[in-house]
Amino acid sequence: MEFKTILFYLFSAVAVVAALRVITARNPVHAALFLVLAFFNVAALWMLLQAEFLALALIMVYVGAVMVLFLFVVMMLDINIERLRQGFWNNLPLGGLVGLLMVGEMAVVLSGRYFGLANLPPQNLPANYSNTKELARLLYTDYAYPFEIASVILLVAIIAAVMLTLRRRKDNKAMHSSDQIAVKAKDRMRLVKMAPEVELPAAAAKEGE
Amino acid sequence: MMEATVLPFVEGLLGSLWPTVKPVWPLIWTLLKIVLLLVPLLLSIAYLTFWERKVIGWMQVRIGPNRVGPWGLLQPIADGLKLFLKEVIFPTAADKKLFVLGPVMAIAPALAAWAVIPFAPGWVLANVDAGVLYLLAISSVGVYGIIVAGWASNSKYPFFGAMRASAQMISYEVSMGLGLITVLMVSSSLNLTEIVSAQDKGLFAGMGVGFLSWNWLPLLPMFAVYLISGVAETNRAPFDVVEGESEIVAGHMVEYSGMSFAMFFLAEYANMILISAMVSVFFLGGWLSPVGFLPDGFHWMAAKMAAILFFFLWIRATFPRYRYDQIMRLGWKVFVPLTLVWILVVGVWMMSPLNIWK
Repeated sequence: MEFKTILFYLFSAVAVVAALRVITARNPVHAALFLVLAFFNVAALWMLLQAEFLALALIMVYVGAVMVLFLFVVMMLDINIERLRQGFWNNLPLGGLVGLLMVGEMAVVLSGRYFGLANLPPQNLPANYSNTKELARLLYTDYAYPFEIASVILLVAIIAAVMLTLRRRKDNKAMHSSDQIAVKAKDRMRLVKMAPEVELPAAAAKEGE
Repeated sequence: MMEATVLPFVEGLLGSLWPTVKPVWPLIWTLLKIVLLLVPLLLSIAYLTFWERKVIGWMQVRIGPNRVGPWGLLQPIADGLKLFLKEVIFPTAADKKLFVLGPVMAIAPALAAWAVIPFAPGWVLANVDAGVLYLLAISSVGVYGIIVAGWASNSKYPFFGAMRASAQMISYEVSMGLGLITVLMVSSSLNLTEIVSAQDKGLFAGMGVGFLSWNWLPLLPMFAVYLISGVAETNRAPFDVVEGESEIVAGHMVEYSGMSFAMFFLAEYANMILISAMVSVFFLGGWLSPVGFLPDGFHWMAAKMAAILFFFLWIRATFPRYRYDQIMRLGWKVFVPLTLVWILVVGVWMMSPLNIWK
């Protein structure tokens, strides 16, 4: 058995166990961290498939950004686990049906006859083959317009999400930090020239003695 | 490179044992290289803490540590020993498993990122083509250590620290990544060794004043953004609200003691050195000599890293801590727009006849 095969079984075993723990872990924070573990192992599997760009992008985007925000939210929630588990048996038939459908679809993809996987050229890539460069070449030449349109749609989604939730309360007294930073010392403070010593009035001077 | 000189020596040493060792030799050699990288790194972390205390002491007209050993030079060893011997206390309300996992997740990415950093031509653990991507991916994982530690402590101040850390580190990762894009554009490679050698070309490098053709000059705004974001990304002063003593005691590290606390410390300083190495590779020409008549080499890389580390210590002693909303403003409203504009500027510049990166 090749060393790569051992690695494949190791990573996939950990990925499967971690994915199972995502849905069975009682604590949502643990579940999110198991999802991170699953992402890592899937990234390692992609690395074995020589898809290093996809693998690193998965870690960068999902582990580095999406899951951090996810944890950020999950950590702040006070989730009642008992209440979450209510209605498990009622929802089981529907969930099971969806699960079975997904398994069926995966089987169609994996058996691959329909998609002509057997006709793919064998993977004998030269050592200097750069995955990133090939992907960029496709994205910025053949698929330039779909790529740009997709990014514009994402931008619209961001702006829409911000605009939908943005509301300015009239009684909000928050300061704008840009105004605060623009303040100069002379706006806030006046330096007054004074004589360093002041003569005491005669009466006060006598009292001091 | 080095393997070719070591291999015959090892073969001679082992003699008849060599055939049994040969199949696992690549593994042994890689482990040796990792040790060769990590031992100097851990030593420099130890002495960076000492240097920090000395420098800040001098800046504040104090002497700094001077009791343990000659000139206080054994101070970091004594500190390490003290932390090593202290008890690790588990709070009763803590999530035990994640409480242990937190420091591990902080230090593992800080050390793993060093695999792709080149110190001189050929002096690199893994000379991979997607080196920059690897660095970005690994450094984005570093925040988990702080978040997990803050949550697992099950205590208020650590939790505040974790919240602050996750927001701040994600924000500054964006500006760091966008700043890096201009570097990738001008060097047209994701390989760190090639990024350095791309800075060895150009008009000024031909005239013998190579330091003017390094990336810092044409990409000056990005250099500033990257350096400042690097300070914010490592949660160092003046952006150290994550562990701001006056507000939340020590943030995520409040409940940690002994070696588990030391691991956060090691991770922070390893990240500082890593940022300094990244800035030297991306913007300051790595191991390239600033002037033509002096040879290139590791000493230049070390000198540049030391200078950037001094900058880290200098600003810690100089600036007061930023307010949290102003940190966020700086990241999102100043740095991100600036980097986006500069990407466009560099793109137009590269397409114009004035392109200097051909």
